[in-house]
Amino acid sequence: MFSNNDSIGKTFFVVIALCLVCAILVATAAVQLRPKQVENKLLDSQKNVLAVTGLLAEGNIKELYTKHIQERLVDLNTGEFVDMAPESYDYRRAMKAPETSIKLEGADDMASIKSRANIAPVYFAYNEGVESGKLSAIVLPVHGYGLWSTMHAFLALDKDGNTIKGINYYEQGETAGLGGEVQNPKWTAQFVGKKLLDESGAPAIKVMKPGNANPASPYEVDGLSGATLTAKGVQNTFDFWAGAKGFAPFLTKVRDGALNNG
Amino acid sequence: MASAKEIKTVLFGPIFANNPIALQVLGICSALAVTTKMEKALVMGIALTVVTAFSNLFISLIRNHIPSSVRIIVQMTIIASLVIVVDQVLKAFAYNVAKELSVFVGLIITNCIVMGRAEAYAMKTGPGMSFLDGIGNGLGYSVLLLIVAFIRELFGSGTLFGVEILPLVSAGGWYQPMGMMLIAPSAFIIIGLLIWILRTFRPEQVEKA
Repeated sequence: MFSNNDSIGKTFFVVIALCLVCAILVATAAVQLRPKQVENKLLDSQKNVLAVTGLLAEGNIKELYTKHIQERLVDLNTGEFVDMAPESYDYRRAMKAPETSIKLEGADDMASIKSRANIAPVYFAYNEGVESGKLSAIVLPVHGYGLWSTMHAFLALDKDGNTIKGINYYEQGETAGLGGEVQNPKWTAQFVGKKLLDESGAPAIKVMKPGNANPASPYEVDGLSGATLTAKGVQNTFDFWAGAKGFAPFLTKVRDGALNNG
Repeated sequence: MASAKEIKTVLFGPIFANNPIALQVLGICSALAVTTKMEKALVMGIALTVVTAFSNLFISLIRNHIPSSVRIIVQMTIIASLVIVVDQVLKAFAYNVAKELSVFVGLIITNCIVMGRAEAYAMKTGPGMSFLDGIGNGLGYSVLLLIVAFIRELFGSGTLFGVEILPLVSAGGWYQPMGMMLIAPSAFIIIGLLIWILRTFRPEQVEKA
């Protein structure tokens, strides 16, 4: 059809044909694998919620999750529950979109997250199953910037809305072995039993220099050696999410008994 | 089709005789980034092998029709498409590893080994041999990555494939991990030492000064 490989016609033909073939290939892969990827993501998030509450066990994660966890949406500005199906709410998208989030600037943005969604999911864990009505833990999603990356975690609180039952960093891109140790269960274990807020209701968790934390203190935990800035990111994450722009309005309502009737 | 001996050279030559990292010093960037853990290095090695093999195959199939003025663009398009497909497959079937590898799978696109083999071999050779050449170079890359990851994970975290080998001091054991092993410069030093060892046993790889 073409006399010369380098003719203009042939060049255009090859490039356009190649683009079409590659576009179809990529699009097919993306569309075909999408449901599986979405499922993986959901499963991963459910697994992490279960892990932080200590309910993770062998077996079907989906079943465990439906049995033990109830997810609800909370308006972060007022601390009130929002009547909306949590399944259809995309928190990650909402925290970035200007119409569903507030901008954070200067001192307000201590966790360096730039914007915060107006509505956040919270998870209620029931050790004996949701229908028992006996609340065991409240799980809050928190995130903040470390040294290289935004670190996402689930923070589990006792039903008093203050005592920490666990924290689980499930997504971070810190230096493996140094800052990456935020994921290490041995490190996160020291948060268990600490108090999120002091008596006046202000954020109280203090990430100290490694080795300097007083184990008897209800607020102090050891930082990570070799990862000062990651530890600072953890500190900032706690300061922000326990503060007025974070979950404080909701937690105040929890302490005032908002959960007694639901 | 080529003789058995030739196939052997193409397939296994790149492991020690003509290693893409140790001799040609290509693909160093990802070799630094993904070698803190064996598991990451293994998945990365497999991903790169698949991409190199298939990009070589497809480029070789259409090599007589690629206009030389746009050949790099054509190669890049094919490589990029393959990388996206591999990335999507990993996200669907190996979600946890895909999450850890994050950007590095995408960066296979810029890995010099893939481009280098496409340009140097697949453009001149038939599809069968090109495919094998891709696998061979992928193996060479993977083997070196695994050696580096073995050293880094063992001495940096005291584990191999996440299984504890040397009990750490922080966990009540006796081993004080070398933090240095977990940061990128250590990979440079290890790769440098490996090249030294390789060239001591194979003096023909030493460049003339």
